[in-house]
Amino acid sequence: MGAVIKVGMADLNICKAPDVITTLGLGSCIGLVFYDPVTKIGGMVHYMLPDSTKVRNNSNIAKFGDTGIDELYRRVIAAGANKSRLIAKIAGGAKMFEVSGLSEVGNIGARNTEAAKLKLKQLGVRLVAEDTGLNYGRTVELHCDTGEFYIKSVGKPLKII
Amino acid sequence: MGNMTLEDVNNMYLDVLKEIGNIGAGNATTAIANMLGIKIDMNVPNIKLMEVSQLGTAVGAEDQTIVGIFLEVQNDIDGSMMFLLDIPSARYLVNKLMMTDAPDDEPFGELELSALKEIGNIIAGSYLSALSSMTNLVIAPSIPYIAVDMAASILSVPAIEFGLQGDNALLIQTEICAEVAIDGYFILMPEQGSYEKILTSLGISI
Repeated sequence: MGAVIKVGMADLNICKAPDVITTLGLGSCIGLVFYDPVTKIGGMVHYMLPDSTKVRNNSNIAKFGDTGIDELYRRVIAAGANKSRLIAKIAGGAKMFEVSGLSEVGNIGARNTEAAKLKLKQLGVRLVAEDTGLNYGRTVELHCDTGEFYIKSVGKPLKII
Repeated sequence: MGNMTLEDVNNMYLDVLKEIGNIGAGNATTAIANMLGIKIDMNVPNIKLMEVSQLGTAVGAEDQTIVGIFLEVQNDIDGSMMFLLDIPSARYLVNKLMMTDAPDDEPFGELELSALKEIGNIIAGSYLSALSSMTNLVIAPSIPYIAVDMAASILSVPAIEFGLQGDNALLIQTEICAEVAIDGYFILMPEQGSYEKILTSLGISI
């Protein structure tokens, strides 16, 4: 097994087999991975908010779905991944607290999930698997040798998508 | 009005929040001591201004399981607040309240989660009433919501709230000591415009 590359909150990075790229404890944020099954090049972004154009202070591009996914796409292609073979998987977007009404906290997870789907459509990348929503946190790992996306949650069995 | 963010906050403001934290935690300690019938001491809170992206590690490892109690606040100040407890502290308080002796690694049942919500409600409510009486602002909390999950997942909620406004978050750590040290963290998340209201109400010119 290769190195384990850690992606923090509002952060992104690329990786290549046999490495594993991971982010710990996704809540309402989204962990999106790109993967090219032939070159085995992948990458992960852990973004917090859907849309950089709605926020005044938007200098950190990995904080937002729109700019973060664009940047990750640019980086994996630059690293040698093939556009037509590229696939995407997403996890996160949970509603951690069962708040009532339509407050920002209540629906941000769902909006983050939608932002990923919209951006992938624009980029023409297929979303092949997702594990989003519900009310619990997720630790995710992309295994670059197989393309498997591991999802670990408290008190739940390991899920591989 | 309405444009001040944590980026503009100065040390004097931090001192003010620390003092509010101090009084709030004092009220909370008394309330809990009465409820549980034990003697509790409280240390002076520690206040941290930190980058939003670091918030996930603020109270320990990102994948460590913690208890988060979340309340929305409205009226004169809009926003939300969160109270965080590590598992041994939460287990200790629940055991005391319910007169049980369950070990730290036993998951919380429905009734125990309710008890924790109530503890969080009292602690958060005491903090908010300190803020309210110092500022003469009306601050109405919602019912409490609870999550027992990975620290980073729970903290993604305040991180996102702060992230909407800027790149900094404000954390108030309170240690209360009973027979064991209980580590608790408050996170107050006022929405845009509420910082000025707090400062102006305290007679601090911006």
